[in-house]
Amino acid sequence: MSNHLKNLKLKIWRQSGPTEKGHFEEYVMPEISDEASFLEMLDVLNEGLIGENKLPVVFDHDCREGICGTCSLMINGQAHGPERSTATCQLHMRKFKSGDEIVIEPWRAAAFPIIKDLMVDRSAFDRIIESGGFISANTGGAPDANLIPIPKSVADAAMDSAECIGCGACVAACPNGAANLFTAAKISHLNLLPQGQAERYKRTEAMVETMDEYFGSCTNHGECEAACPKEISIDVIALMNKDYRKSKLKNRKEISRS
Amino acid sequence: MTITLNSKIPAGSINDKWNNYKEDAKLVAPGNKRKFKVIVVGSGLAGASAAATMAELGYQVDVFTFHDSPRRAHSIAAQGGINAAKNYQGDGDSVHRLFYDTIKGGDFRAREANVHRLAEVSVNIIDQMVAQGVPFAREYGGMLDNRSFGGAQVSRTFYARGQTGQQLLLGAYQQLARQIGLGNVRMFNRTELVDVVTIEGRCAGIVTRDLVNGEVVSHSAHAVVMATGGYGNVFFLSTNAMACNVTAAWRAHRKGATFANPCYTQIHPTCIPQSDPTQSKLTLMSESLRNDGRVWVPQNPDETRPASQVPEAERDYILERLYPSYGNLAPRDISSRAAKRSVDSGRGVGPLKNGVYLDFSDAINRLGKDVVEERYGNLFEMYERIAGENPYDMPMRIYPASHYTMGGLWVDYELMTNIPGLYAAGEANFSDHGANRLGASALMQGLADGYFVLPYTIGNYLAPMLNKPIPGTDHPAFKEAELAAQARYQGYVDIKGTRSPDYFHREVGRIIWDYCGMERTQQGLEKALSELPALYEEFQKDLRVTGDAESMNQTLEKAGRVDDFFQLGMLMCRDALEREESCGGHFRAEYQTEEGEALRDDEKFAHVAAWEWTGDPTKSIRHKEELNFEAIHLATRSYK
Repeated sequence: MSNHLKNLKLKIWRQSGPTEKGHFEEYVMPEISDEASFLEMLDVLNEGLIGENKLPVVFDHDCREGICGTCSLMINGQAHGPERSTATCQLHMRKFKSGDEIVIEPWRAAAFPIIKDLMVDRSAFDRIIESGGFISANTGGAPDANLIPIPKSVADAAMDSAECIGCGACVAACPNGAANLFTAAKISHLNLLPQGQAERYKRTEAMVETMDEYFGSCTNHGECEAACPKEISIDVIALMNKDYRKSKLKNRKEISRS
Repeated sequence: MTITLNSKIPAGSINDKWNNYKEDAKLVAPGNKRKFKVIVVGSGLAGASAAATMAELGYQVDVFTFHDSPRRAHSIAAQGGINAAKNYQGDGDSVHRLFYDTIKGGDFRAREANVHRLAEVSVNIIDQMVAQGVPFAREYGGMLDNRSFGGAQVSRTFYARGQTGQQLLLGAYQQLARQIGLGNVRMFNRTELVDVVTIEGRCAGIVTRDLVNGEVVSHSAHAVVMATGGYGNVFFLSTNAMACNVTAAWRAHRKGATFANPCYTQIHPTCIPQSDPTQSKLTLMSESLRNDGRVWVPQNPDETRPASQVPEAERDYILERLYPSYGNLAPRDISSRAAKRSVDSGRGVGPLKNGVYLDFSDAINRLGKDVVEERYGNLFEMYERIAGENPYDMPMRIYPASHYTMGGLWVDYELMTNIPGLYAAGEANFSDHGANRLGASALMQGLADGYFVLPYTIGNYLAPMLNKPIPGTDHPAFKEAELAAQARYQGYVDIKGTRSPDYFHREVGRIIWDYCGMERTQQGLEKALSELPALYEEFQKDLRVTGDAESMNQTLEKAGRVDDFFQLGMLMCRDALEREESCGGHFRAEYQTEEGEALRDDEKFAHVAAWEWTGDPTKSIRHKEELNFEAIHLATRSYK
């Protein structure tokens, strides 16, 4: 049966708009089941706030299954909280104990401006994908799916990278606010596959340079890998860097041929 | 408004209908396509694929989502796979067999022509997604791998670990992103549809609300596609994402689009049981687990030993006993009812005795832990995170939960609602799954509609409109809709009652679950229809939304959605009450065989019920589209 945690002290970042000054506000959660998820704990807090005629805490969330990437939150300074390979929505209160103080903040990164309270704008990620995170294959006319055999090891490696949920924890955890893990995960997914070869270097150059417009630079801290709820390895960054270097030669060479 | 439900099924034999349609459809020349504006609401599999394809063709496309990015749509949460009649396994699959399985799985309540087309284009979907770089599971030789899903005796399900929906959605999202980057699609994030505008009988556009600043704006277009998902969250607790809602479809319904078969809802058999009253949602465990997991409950209701210590002879493998030929892969509605009956008879397992076991110990002994981990590793981890138990050591506990809704906006063969120019695709329409959807068929339908159906059928509608002006957003009908929407949202803020939208959502969900859930009776439905209006009145008088309508206000968003769930809930109960038969997910206790299976009444109910809005959801008008079965014979569904 479930146990209950008592007297949690919550310090939550409140900010009414992008340009307003924010501050921490303290709340006490007198009792919560350890079966509750972290976001259900916030739901209970918000129901209480509405009951007191106050504004509930705004936070992004949706599937609550750890796959849509909508939820965020720095919990006690850790992106998605203390449990490894777990998004905030899958974190449960059994990971905490009675009397704990829990500090809850939004993702903090220059490229992710705060919209309100704990909600941020991550649309810079979309700009990176729009610049090249795809294989150009118009609908219709695709050849039979089994025409190109893909070795299982290659398909598996592509899938490892493709698991990225686009939550932004890597950026929030990075002291430089870099998006290298996010960008490299998509590049590696597509560049490993035979279908992705035609645009390999064009894609890499475009995505890296769009990334650099919005985000900080990578200095190999490795915080991103530790924070990633999908445990995407920083090896993908090495692959991206290699392909980016090559792109500068390859793309130039092709330009001279045209 | 007089309603005519013309399904526009093309002539010819079932195998030729789609080809005949395409050959006869009117075309818009490439250079003229840019003269047409198409609005797509929703960016899930159906919406993203439709928008990307129409933009590739050259149409101007505007896409709207209430999410912060199109990549968040709930298609992403589908785990198990996508069906296609590829017959790569050489196990006897074919287009006809997929067609037949889908019709039979839907308990003979879907439109034959639509389902056949779905089976035909299923093979193109896999080709298209592979070309886009979706990393489907492969065998060592490099060929695509398949597995089985419920209601099928072949292996036709393609998958990407336990994240097939994610990979397909990201594939479609990337195609959409490419078109956004090229400037062919304008993307509106964090923007919710609040009304549909019709002028002179055709859909002229939509009204939206910017969720960040509350701004209400009109958008006019030549055609509008609703790809806005299902209404499973009417039950409050469901496997749907928190923001899934019926508002877009419901607003279209209120403007004249008929709503078909709202009582056809799917209760998925394998979800993690509720553990706590504060719970906000239920989590699905993929149906693919039933390939290797065995469902059982103890024979003895007072069993107290841990699962592993209950001897074989004292276990009841309910699905294997009741449905020997399909076993643990019986279809969802049937498996759900079997689990419910076991729990109702007091043989439920777990601390609250509210689940049944899904046991992998045989599979682990037979295949080894490594193989089981390879197949289901991420699902096992997810289970452990939520339930706090390790499924390698003790069986999972599962129980049915609301998962998918087969009902939705009525559409014809072209996926157009009865309002010219207004289309519905994916889960938002009613057309392909009848009274029950088979596993791995939702992804198939979303992508079929978006990639391979709408791009053809919309051209047929647009072609005659070339160079004819359409009403702009300065038309009084748009202004009127904007004012009504502003008043509606301000109205929620102004009630200043005492209860939150979540309180009402829980209450309405409880009534619908109790009386219009897995088992329905006349008495129960009548009770629901007397309780719902009273609760709705309380909602309208006692709702509390703090904050204002001019800034980011999640409580206000919720209020609008709960309002629409109330109205839909009443219609669901009406529909369930009038359908005096059991079929698929709609199980009326009065209509069952001696063995407790669903008893259809083909004489009276082999039709689609399409409801017309009258202003009062308890007084909607029921219209019928008769279902004619030409290619297959109506039969009693048996999985024994």
